[in-house]
Amino acid sequence: MSAVIELKDVHKSFGLVEVLKGVSLSVARGEAIAVIGRSGSGKSTALRCVNRLETIQSGEITVCGHPVHDPRLDVRKLRLDVGIVFQSYNLFPHLTVEENIMLAPVTVKKLRKAQARDLTAEALARVGLAEKAQAYPEQLSGGQQQRVAIARSLAMQPQVMLFDEVTSALDPELTGEVLRVMEDLAKGGMTMLVVTHEMGFARRVADRIVYMHQGRVWEVGDGTMLANPQTPELRAFMSHDL
Amino acid sequence: MAQPFTLAHIGYMLDGLLWTVILSALAFALGGVAAFGVMLLRISRFRAVRLGAFVVVQIIQGIPLLVILFAVYFGLGIFGIQVPPLAAAGIAMMIYSAAFLAEIWRGCVEAVPRTQFEAAECLALTRWEALTKVILPQALRLATPPTVGFMVQVVKSTSLASVVGFVELTRAAQIINNSTFQPFLVFGIAGALYFAVCWPLSAWSRVLERKLHVGRH
Repeated sequence: MSAVIELKDVHKSFGLVEVLKGVSLSVARGEAIAVIGRSGSGKSTALRCVNRLETIQSGEITVCGHPVHDPRLDVRKLRLDVGIVFQSYNLFPHLTVEENIMLAPVTVKKLRKAQARDLTAEALARVGLAEKAQAYPEQLSGGQQQRVAIARSLAMQPQVMLFDEVTSALDPELTGEVLRVMEDLAKGGMTMLVVTHEMGFARRVADRIVYMHQGRVWEVGDGTMLANPQTPELRAFMSHDL
Repeated sequence: MAQPFTLAHIGYMLDGLLWTVILSALAFALGGVAAFGVMLLRISRFRAVRLGAFVVVQIIQGIPLLVILFAVYFGLGIFGIQVPPLAAAGIAMMIYSAAFLAEIWRGCVEAVPRTQFEAAECLALTRWEALTKVILPQALRLATPPTVGFMVQVVKSTSLASVVGFVELTRAAQIINNSTFQPFLVFGIAGALYFAVCWPLSAWSRVLERKLHVGRH
């Protein structure tokens, strides 16, 4: 199977601090990967490198055929294929939910308003918020805002979705509603790279789990890996998960 | 022999007030357009452009408006370009307003969280699209109160145009005082007229500021 996301020996430093020390990872089409690890293990940075929010010092990243490590890359073409959802939602506060979602399809893909509105309704239905189209972000709960952010990304019909600790700012109930949307996406065959602290989600939904430690991919496995860690570091990490 | 102060003098001052308002509007409109351009340079992706705009803004901010006014009025004359007082005052005030407004607006643009830009660019928007559709609408809300506040400064600064012979409110008052010798009355009225224009602006600015803190849209 050909890889949709391929990282080869990726190194990334912020100043003198090396955050990624040779990360290699290959993700096949339709795979859902959960990336777990301590804060500071480099998992969020790795994710941000995948859509060029960060540039890398050495190594290779290929995403949907785009050479992400190449300085001459047309970043916009890459971003048409890669959606990302952030921990802090980052909805546009001056626009309604519908306008938030329609903005990129209308501006970037030059869709007609009517067409974009249909696309928006469809995306909102997928995240279970069809009735919130006219609301402003501040009128929604955190969980609802995050689902809108997912819908906004989906409306661009990306091939790959990245999730950067998207439930870390939410209480357990709101976390549940967001994770259910992500689970549906995974079942629908979306290629997903999910940086998360939700071990239950990783175990249940992810095709593979990647445990990162000190800027390296430390352990890779399926859902059973968490119950049966091979390295002392993952064992220590899991011992805090009750 | 001192003339008595008459109603005709009031009419003359109101005429001067009209020119003060015209010059203020001119300075604000021209300065606003120039400021928008300078603001774009100040947030440019290219360091050299940012730095160049920064230096120019700092220089202008460090020069008294009166000196800019003299430079434009007398300076252009040396090159054989005769500028009428209104044009000279308009250009000088444009330069002055542009330097200050550009910095006010840059601050407002930079006050919009960086993550908004990131989110827009992750949706494949260009830098310009992200700026016009995501950042500027939010910055506009932040910019309105200080911009209206700055308009007060502009109105008051137009009094300097009197030194190049432009008959706005201050110059009109000066001329009347030269014949009536009633400085407290004449400049008192001039002050009251300035206040009548500026105070509503400041009050409006305060209202806008209050509104900004309540709700986001």
